[in-house]
Amino acid sequence: MKLYKFIIEFLQVAILLGIAPAFMGWVRMLKCWSQGRTSAGLFQPYRDIIKLFSKDVLLADNASWIFRFTPYLVFGTVVLAGGIIPMLSLELPIASTADVIVLVGLFAIARFFTALAGMDIGTAFGGMGSSREMTIASLAEPAMLMAIFTVSLASKSTSLSQMVHVVYSGQSVLRPSLAFALFAFVLIALAETGRIPVDNPATHLELTMIHEAMILEYSGRHLALIEWANMMKLVLFIMLGAAVFAPWGIAQTGDLTAILAAFLIMLLKLAAVGFVLVIIETGLAKMRIFRLTEFLGSAFLLATLGMLSFFILE
Amino acid sequence: MDLNIAAQLNSFLAAFVLLTAFGMLVQRRMFGLVHLFMWQGLFLSINTAIVGFVAGKHHLYISSVLTLSLKVILLPYILHVLIRRLKVHKEVEVVENIPMTMLMGIALVIFSYYLMSPVSQLSTLVTRSTLAVALATVMIGLLMMITRKHAVSQIIGFLAMENGLFFAATSATYGMPLVVELGVALDILIAAFIFGIFFFHISTAFDSLDVDQMARLKEED
Repeated sequence: MKLYKFIIEFLQVAILLGIAPAFMGWVRMLKCWSQGRTSAGLFQPYRDIIKLFSKDVLLADNASWIFRFTPYLVFGTVVLAGGIIPMLSLELPIASTADVIVLVGLFAIARFFTALAGMDIGTAFGGMGSSREMTIASLAEPAMLMAIFTVSLASKSTSLSQMVHVVYSGQSVLRPSLAFALFAFVLIALAETGRIPVDNPATHLELTMIHEAMILEYSGRHLALIEWANMMKLVLFIMLGAAVFAPWGIAQTGDLTAILAAFLIMLLKLAAVGFVLVIIETGLAKMRIFRLTEFLGSAFLLATLGMLSFFILE
Repeated sequence: MDLNIAAQLNSFLAAFVLLTAFGMLVQRRMFGLVHLFMWQGLFLSINTAIVGFVAGKHHLYISSVLTLSLKVILLPYILHVLIRRLKVHKEVEVVENIPMTMLMGIALVIFSYYLMSPVSQLSTLVTRSTLAVALATVMIGLLMMITRKHAVSQIIGFLAMENGLFFAATSATYGMPLVVELGVALDILIAAFIFGIFFFHISTAFDSLDVDQMARLKEED
């Protein structure tokens, strides 16, 4: 039985690895359609990754071990995070050892090393990107933790599986605190995954790029790993939001049919969120970087209001 | 609709009233402000109707309809016309240090919660938990009047304060007597006309609705 749970866990991580590029392709495809362009298709990200893997790695002469180590670390933390967030089943062996705070910590480690690697080569762009990324992180992480604490107040636990159980047991209908936390989470997820009002994932224009500036010096399989990790991070944030705010569909038992149903519902959720994401991205322009304090400040405000309204109203 | 769900809906709407109050605090555009004010009125009116249903007080339905017609339809319409006539609809107000203002708003919410928690413990009404939110809405309206320089946004802050007072009355005692509420509604309407006239005077005298210009009123020595 123990082994069976580990198999489910592996299945979930494998699905995450496989599905992330397709989801990115789906978002890009919808975006192309919404702008009246012809899209490169759902499977273009796979081709990109395969192409990058077959290319040589070009390293700068003064690159230290940090620069070479970072892509593997980023990829590893994201895969590990994929084992913690309940996407298919609640009975994940790793999930019981790690809660949401660990998850935020994992993302923070990946970000810290990416920022270090950005500065490691010593180019101007890398340093600029790192400085901007850390500015955003310093504002986004408190808000993220605040939103998570708000949710965990309602479920009296920081473990994701426990949160899902509480929602399933039907104790929390119409909680204002959860609504606030959801708003806050959407804003933070846009910032953390580098989507449009905060960062433009498609740009390589020197003045506007944030995340792309840090990884500008990467090539070959290093770049492939980082790109792939980014795609997975987007899926993971969506699945984290789904697990906390709309967990319906996640299998409670290790039953195979339940897992299959969970997989199909997960695909539906991803498709729907992709649609919403594209609407947000085509509707908004990228924000001026100095307006970000306001954007993430409102996320923090919403999360704090959620927490206060838990005490005041519930 | 059973009582429990009604109480939950009530607190949900209270949360949205608070959210719109914060939205107004940081909104820079004039029409955005008016729309937020409209939403606040709408949440307030639905909330009043629900409280009326829960408490079995039928005069609250009349207050609810009064709120709907006055604060969701009439006042926003008057403000819309004023903003268009005064040609300030494209103006983007300069608001100093929005994150700081938001933090002050949060502090006010905590303060009102602290102030109101003994009162809510004594009360036996279904709406007792929303009392703190109502007080916070009043205070945020006041904060908005302090932090803003533009005459129109100051007036909207004033109206938001009135919304908060109305909300406080509903949640503390299931609403004031109908005569008082009719009187207040009439006052608000008259106030709307008076500030309309004042806006025109300010804008003809100073070519702007920025009340900082009023510093020029002092005599030369």
